[in-house]
This record gives sequence, C-alpha cells and structure tokens, in this order.
Amino acid sequence: MSGALREPWRSLRRQREAAAFGTWIFLGSEAMLFAGLILAFAVMRALHPAGFILAGRETEVALGTANTAILLTSSLTMAVAAEAARADLRRATLWGIGLTLALGAAFLAVKGFEWSSDLEKHLFPGEGFALAEPSAHIFFALYWIMTSLHAMHMLGGMGVVAWLGWQAWRGDRPLQSPAFEAAALYWHLVDIVWIVLYPLLYLGGRAP
Amino acid sequence: MIQFWPATASDLAQRVDGLTGVLLAICGAILLLVGCLLLGFSIRYRRGSTAKRGALPEFISREVEVGWTAATLFLALFLFAWATGMELRANPPQPDAIEVHVLARQWMWKTRHSNGAQEIDALHVPRGEQVRLLMTSQDVIHSFFVPAFRAKQDVLPGRLTELRFTATQTGTYDLFCAEFCGTLHARMGGKVTVMEPEDFARWLAAQPRGDDLAREGAALFVSLGCAGCHGDRRGGSATVRAPRLEGVYNSPVPLSDGRVVTADEAYLRDSILQPKRDVVAGFPDVMPSFAGLVHEEEMQRLLAYLRSLKDAP
Amino acid sequence: MNHIAPALPAPDAIPHEEPSYLTAERGIGSWLLTTDHKRIALLYMAALTAFFFIGGAGAVAMRLELFTPKPDVLTADGYNRMFTLHGTVMIWFFLVPSIPTTLGNFLIPLMVGARDLAFPRLNLLSWYIFVGAGLVLIYALIAGGVDTGWTFYTPFSTTFSNSYVLLAGLAIILAGFSSIATGVNFLATIHLLRAPGMHWFRLPLFAWAIYGTSLVMVLATPVLTAVLLLIIAERGFGLPVFDPARGGDPLLFQHLFWFYSHPAVYIMILPSFGVISEIVTCFARRNVFGYDFMVYAILWIAIAGFLVWGHHMFVSGQSIYASLAFSFLSFVIAVPSAIKVFNWTFTLYRGQITFEAPMLYAIGFIGLFTIGGLTGLFLASIPIDVHVSDTYYVVGHFHFIMVGGAVSAFYGGLSFWWPKITGRKYPMTWARFAAILMFFGFGFTFFPMFIMGYLGMPRRYHVYPPEFQVWHVMSSAGAVLLAAAYLLPMGYLAWSMIWGEKAEDDPWNATGLEWSTSSPPPRDNFHTPPVVDEGPYFYHPEGEGPGDDHREPHSNQVRGS
Repeated sequence: MSGALREPWRSLRRQREAAAFGTWIFLGSEAMLFAGLILAFAVMRALHPAGFILAGRETEVALGTANTAILLTSSLTMAVAAEAARADLRRATLWGIGLTLALGAAFLAVKGFEWSSDLEKHLFPGEGFALAEPSAHIFFALYWIMTSLHAMHMLGGMGVVAWLGWQAWRGDRPLQSPAFEAAALYWHLVDIVWIVLYPLLYLGGRAP
Repeated sequence: MIQFWPATASDLAQRVDGLTGVLLAICGAILLLVGCLLLGFSIRYRRGSTAKRGALPEFISREVEVGWTAATLFLALFLFAWATGMELRANPPQPDAIEVHVLARQWMWKTRHSNGAQEIDALHVPRGEQVRLLMTSQDVIHSFFVPAFRAKQDVLPGRLTELRFTATQTGTYDLFCAEFCGTLHARMGGKVTVMEPEDFARWLAAQPRGDDLAREGAALFVSLGCAGCHGDRRGGSATVRAPRLEGVYNSPVPLSDGRVVTADEAYLRDSILQPKRDVVAGFPDVMPSFAGLVHEEEMQRLLAYLRSLKDAP
Repeated sequence: MNHIAPALPAPDAIPHEEPSYLTAERGIGSWLLTTDHKRIALLYMAALTAFFFIGGAGAVAMRLELFTPKPDVLTADGYNRMFTLHGTVMIWFFLVPSIPTTLGNFLIPLMVGARDLAFPRLNLLSWYIFVGAGLVLIYALIAGGVDTGWTFYTPFSTTFSNSYVLLAGLAIILAGFSSIATGVNFLATIHLLRAPGMHWFRLPLFAWAIYGTSLVMVLATPVLTAVLLLIIAERGFGLPVFDPARGGDPLLFQHLFWFYSHPAVYIMILPSFGVISEIVTCFARRNVFGYDFMVYAILWIAIAGFLVWGHHMFVSGQSIYASLAFSFLSFVIAVPSAIKVFNWTFTLYRGQITFEAPMLYAIGFIGLFTIGGLTGLFLASIPIDVHVSDTYYVVGHFHFIMVGGAVSAFYGGLSFWWPKITGRKYPMTWARFAAILMFFGFGFTFFPMFIMGYLGMPRRYHVYPPEFQVWHVMSSAGAVLLAAAYLLPMGYLAWSMIWGEKAEDDPWNATGLEWSTSSPPPRDNFHTPPVVDEGPYFYHPEGEGPGDDHREPHSNQVRGS
C-alpha cells in the first residue's frame, strides 16, 4: 500500500500521525472560533437574561432535538467508515460514508424547514421583528449567525466526506490514507459544536 | 519655542508626572546599561582584539540568569504596585463635586452645567474644586481627553462613563477627542477654561440658561407617567406600586434576588431602560422599559431630577 | 565536542552535481504549482514585497500630510482612508506573515532536517488564499477604501462608516485562514518531521520562535474571524450584537478584537527573536547565552500573550479591577523580553565579534527593541496609560516593536540567509550602510512621537495644533531616510541575483543544519538525510571561549556516526 505514502514522509505510520495531529490542531483553532461566538452569547445572556429567556422559547425545539439525534447518529456512521477504511474494508467504508452523507443532508433539510418556519414567524431581526423586547434581537442575531456558521461547517464537512467517498469508490485513494481519519475527526467536531449550541439555543429559554 | 513637557494643570497631572519621571529614570538607566554593554562588548571583543577570552568565569552562569530574571520580575511588581496604588487613590469621589453632563456626538462636545447653562466645544470649571463629568454619546465612541489634566475617558453610546478631576492652574487648555470617530475626528476638540472659583461663579450666573436640569427632569418625570407609580414630590399617588425615589440616589437598594446595589447613575439609567434586570425587593416586576422612548438628553434631565431628590424628606 | 553532523561523511562529494531547487524545474507552471517549501517562500516574498509597497504608500501619504498643521494633501476622509490602508495592509498582509511565511517557510524544514513541511500542498494552498485575500483587499481599497482604522471599533464600523468595511473584513478573514494553515503546517513539521536525534532542546532558537508563533496564530486568529463575522452580520445583514440601541455592547467587540490583536503583536515579534538569536550567536562566535532560558522565554511570551489584551482598554470604561489585573499581567510579560535582551547582550561577552550587515541589523534591533519594550512599561502603568493611550506615544511604542523590531529583524534575517536562499553574495559595504541608515532613519522618524504623544497629540489626526509641528516635521524628515534604507537593500539584493558573486555553502561559518547543505539547497534539501547528535550551536566548546582567530567552519568537524 505504498500509494498512500506522500512526500515528505518516510513512513505511513508517521504520516498518519501527522494527519491526525494536524487535524487536532485545526480543530483547536475551530474550537476557538466557536468559543468567541459562544462567549459573546454568554455575555449577552448575562446582560439580558429576561430577553434571552423570552426569545429562547421561540425556537423550534422539536426540530432542534430531531437534528441532534440525526447528527449524533451520523457521527457513529462516520466513525464506522473511518475504522473500516483503516481495516481496509471497502464495502463498510463506502456504506459508512454514504449513510453519513445521507444523515448530513437530512440535518440540513430539517434545518431548512426550521429556518423557513422562523422566517414565517418573523424571527429575523429587523423591521417587523416578532418580539418586543430589544434584547430578543440579540438572541436571534446570535441564533442566525451560529446556526448558519454551523451549517456552513456541515456543508464543508459533507464536501470533504463526499470527495473521499468518491475517491474510495473509484479506487483512486487507498483506504489506508490518513485522510479518512482526519475527515472523521472534523465531522465529530462539527457534531460537538452542535451539542453545545443545542442547549444554548433550544433549551435555555425552557428551563423551569 | 519648542515644548518638551505638557502643561500641568490638575492634581493628578503632578502625580502622573512624578511617576513618569521615576519610570524615565529607571528605564533610562536600563537603556544606558544595555547600550553600554552592547557597545562595550562589541568593541572589547571585536575579532582579533587582545581581550582575554577562554572559559566563562564561574559567576556568569545559571545563577546570573536566575538573578536577573528575579530582579526584573521584582522591578516589574514594584512598578505595578506603585502605579496601581496611585490609580486606586486618584480622585476619590467627593460629595460636593461639581457635576457636569457631557454629551458627545459626531463631531462636537455639548456640556451642560447643573443650573442648565450649556456650552458647545467648551467647558468652564473652577480651580481647586473636584469636577465630575457624566458622559455619554449619541452615536459612536468618543474620548474626552485633556492633556493638561492627564485625564482621558472614552464616551460610549448607551452607557454612562465618568471622569473626575481637580484643576489646579487657571488657564485655557486643549480638549481633544481621542477615540477615532469618523470624518472630522481631528476637528472634534475644544477648550477647557479653568477659572478662580469667584470668577467661575460670576461666569456661571451670567450664562443664559434654560430651566435647570433638575426642574426639566421633574416635568419629564410627570409627563412620562413615572409619577403615577413612583409618586411625586407632592406625594400624589395613593397606592404605591413602585419604590419611592426620595433619597434613593447613592443609597443601597436591596434587590429581589438578594443582592444589594448602590443606586448610582448607571443603576438608575439601567433601571429606566431595562427595568427587568434588577428589580427592587418587595415590588412586583411591572415597570415597562423606556428604551427608545427617552433619548440621552432627556435621560440627563431625569437623572438630574433623581439626584436632586436626595435631600428631599 | 558539540556539533551536528550528517549521518554519512561524504562531505561535498555529490552536492554540486545535483541541481538546486531553483533550477530543478523550469517554467512559470513549475513555480505556481510547486509544493517545494523553498519556492513557496519565494512566492510569499514576491507577494509581501508588493504589499509592503502598498502599505508604505499609505505611510508616505500620511507623513506628507503631517508636514504642516493644516490639511494640504489629503481631505479628512482621504487621510482616514490612508491610515486604515496603512494599518490593515501592514499588519495582516505584511507583518503577520512576513518572517514566518518567507524565512520560516524556507528554513524550518532545513533546520529540523526534513525534506519539506508536513503538508506541502496545504502550504501552497495557503499562499493562494493569501493572494486571494490580498486581491479582495486591494479591490476594496480601489473601490473607495475603508475609513474605520485597522481596529474596526463598533458602532462606527457597523453603523456609521460609509466605506467598504464588509470587503475589508472578508479579506482579513481570508488572510486569517492562510495564517492558520501556515501555523498548523509549522506545528506538525516541528513535532513530527525532526531528523533523527533532533531533540526538542536541540532545535535552533529560530525554530522555537516559529513554534511559539504558530501556536499563537492557530489559537488567536479564529477569534478575529469570529468577531469579524459578527461585524459582517451586523453591518451586512442587520443582526445586532454590538449595537447599543438594542442592548448590544460595543465593549464586547473590543474584548474579542484585542483577544486576537494583542497576541498578534507576539505573532509579529516572536519570529524576530529567533532571527536575532541566530545572527548574534553566529557573528559573536559564541554559543547563545542561556539557551534554555531563551526557549522558556519564548513559550512564556506565547502563552502569557493571551492574557494581557485588556491593557488596550484602560480608558474604555471597563472596570477598574479588570484594568488592575491586566496591568499586572502586562508588567509580568515584560520579564521574558528582558531575559532575551540580557541574553543576547551576554552572548557577545568574550566573543570574536565581526560586524557584517546582519550583525549590524541585529545590534540595531536590540537597541530599538529595548526602547520599544521599556516604553511599554509606561503603558502598563494605568495612570500614565490613561494619559497617553490613543496618542502618538502609543504610535511610537508599537512602531518601535513592529518596525524597529520586526522589520529590522526581517531585513537582518534576509541578509543573513540570502546566500543560502539564492546562492549569491551581495555587496557588503552597501549592506552595512543600509543597516546603519535604517537605525538612524528609524530613530528620527519615531522617537519624536514619544515626546509629542506625552504632550497630548492624539493619533489619527490630519490637522493638529501648531505646537506639535516641529515634532511632525522631524518625523517626516526621518521617514525619508527610513524609506531610502528600505529601498536600498531591494536594489542591491536584486542586483546580486544576477551579478552577485557565488556564495559558498556556509559563507558565515555558521552552524546549524541549514548551512550543511549546498547553497542554494537541492530540491530535497539534503544530499544525505541528516542525523543529529548535538545542539544547534557549537561556536565554542562547552566552558571555553574561542581562540584568537578560531573560526572553524563546522564542515571540518564532520564525523561519521
């Protein structure tokens, strides 16, 4: 399987280690990106607890919960795909990737329904915004920013996974390539970010 | 004539200059030391010179390294303690300070004395008395900067900031906007005039004035309907659904969540704009927000009125 | 004996038959699609030179305008656009990438004994992202410019400015992606591609400096991305977070912005520490004094740099207790910088010092950086900072660090490694002259700013009270000298590429793996994979000084393993 080895590496084991290492560092960077936004959310919530609780009740909790379940499952299928690739199991890898993509698409579809329902309810800040409380604007500003940034990460992740799946299907990329593991790590991060966003956006306003 | 040092016209200015002088001496000494070592070593140990080479003497080793690390650290801590101590002691608020409201906007300064006298891009203050500026902005962030007082404070939209100083020298000094605020930022300046207290009193009395701030505030207090719940000075309302405001200014207020806060300007302002944030203990959470209904100049009048209630029975 | 040696003796047996990286492939495509870290370093150098001229043009326009207290050359809006251009271009498109992407890209694999960076294609991609970001920014500047200052303070940038804030924000976000990619690449390389025997404490200090820088790049840049996204959302889509009219908080912006932008100062200065360490030890013929303290100082700065952002906000209205904590941490971070200055100075002790151009740049750097650092102590003291913040004092301070420091080090490093990069020597007399000119030109330009700043001259003013004019004239006159000192090396370095004398493999008799291969290096960096069995510096044996004229090139000391 020398096909997976690239410059400047002299051993596949080392190269795999580097792919994982590089991805972890990149994930650290991604975490700081979302940390900045989550910090902004925390500060604003501390400043305006009443408005945030009020606004937090308006989000679509059913759709949000469904999406949480979908995304967690997709992490499972992605982990299966990465492990299968490492063990050189072509069929399992392709199945895992296919399911992951399907679940990712389902997540985005649900998200789309949720956004359009939000728009119908006039929950986009600006003229004719549904809630009177000024700070509800801020909650929904952060809601739109964070969910759309997360969706962009989903799209990016799906692009990478689809590309790897295509290459694996055509046999252009050996299954030992560390790229599968790196893509899986990234997918899990996108999942974890959602696990943080979910309670912030959907549950925070509903706590008794 | 070339100027090397700014005018010194406040008590703070003298202390800041003292600190600057000592820091200059310390830093000059360090710079001299580093410079002499650099040049000295460069000349003495230039290639081919006859200076002694060979093994390093015993004492230049790890101990020296630890030594100068510790020395620098102690110097840094000493400077921190001194500078911060000065900052914490600077200008403690005095009860009889002269209060002036400052409203900044692109690109002018509007100042208003408590008797209602207004100035544009100018401020007159008496010598030897503490002046307390209560500042806010209508648009972007500005910064009130008087170099001769060594005083500077950003002026923010949507929040009150405070600047205190005591002038010690009569004269006219530059006022600058120090925070970049758009096209004419460089022209957003003015003059601060320090006068002898008697002259200041005469000047102030001669100014055309509208109503004084507190009186205008009292009218607003009624017209906005505040008096309906809080009651007014004449004790109008029969059922008091909200706390009475006589003497509330600068006094401790217990909140419904158990905290106790001091009702300073910032608290009173927040309570008008975001009444749900800090509800006073024992009262229902019924007050509506006045955000968007009260603009900054009206807010200044209301606050002046609430302050004037301090001495009322 | 201290030394690094290739695994096999074979000194200079094969080298010069193998083509260098410059001649290994030909044609424009072989450059634009290269994954060779050395060629990518040159691509970066070309892009950075262009941005240096654009940012420099902004500086020229400002210094011209400030000759007199009245508006002469520029309108108020024109001046605001010029300082914004100067700030954004110089910070994100010159200083932040300068040393890491050029010297770092070229040298890190050579210094750790690798064939390339860990992710060569990512390296090329980051260059394209960088150039794309630059094009977006240039478009914004041509379309009408940006007038917010490089700090983008809200609510001015979100609500009140009538300029191309969105495009500028996008450009800076993209440049940030490039930064992060570069940082990831360096971290993975230094962690996983070190040659056999290259322990952590055998890394040259330049590699350590780049390591610290990369750490900051990777962890701080995304916060800038986040805050710029919030600005774009608020300005472009009406999603308020900072707007005080709807309960937003402009100070939140400042906290997030400085959480990136203060560490960014260390992104700009840490690589220079590495460059200066390499130069000083080489021309003093002494091992770096206190190598491990130098390493700890780099890490101390990289980590503590994340904790001091609030000292930019002493007059912003933040709580006095926050200011107190940030003031404390700012004093503490002065210590590792002091350690470095002392250690460089003591590296000279009992050396055999020669004064080639890189050494002159390095000595100038130590002087200017010391002034820059010491003036920082005034800014860490709250009462003084209240007086001088947002004045020319601050402008002077950060130019001493970033221009007197980082740019001097960049020129010094370039003149030090130029023979390795191009295989050519440049005229030394001219180079020495340029180095000395830069020191004095810099001093004349920026030292008057401390005085006028303490006098109260606010920054970002195109008109000013006449009493400041004498200092502005001095500063503008110095800027002429400084410009000459920057242009001169571009001339003689370009000249040397064609007519310069061919350089030996190790023209300075320096130690370090990069000098053990040919000049310029072959595509794969080393003719035989290196194996390391000692630290990076062996200018004199442990506990001894060099003899009177003891300048042995390390190739004489090569031993088989």
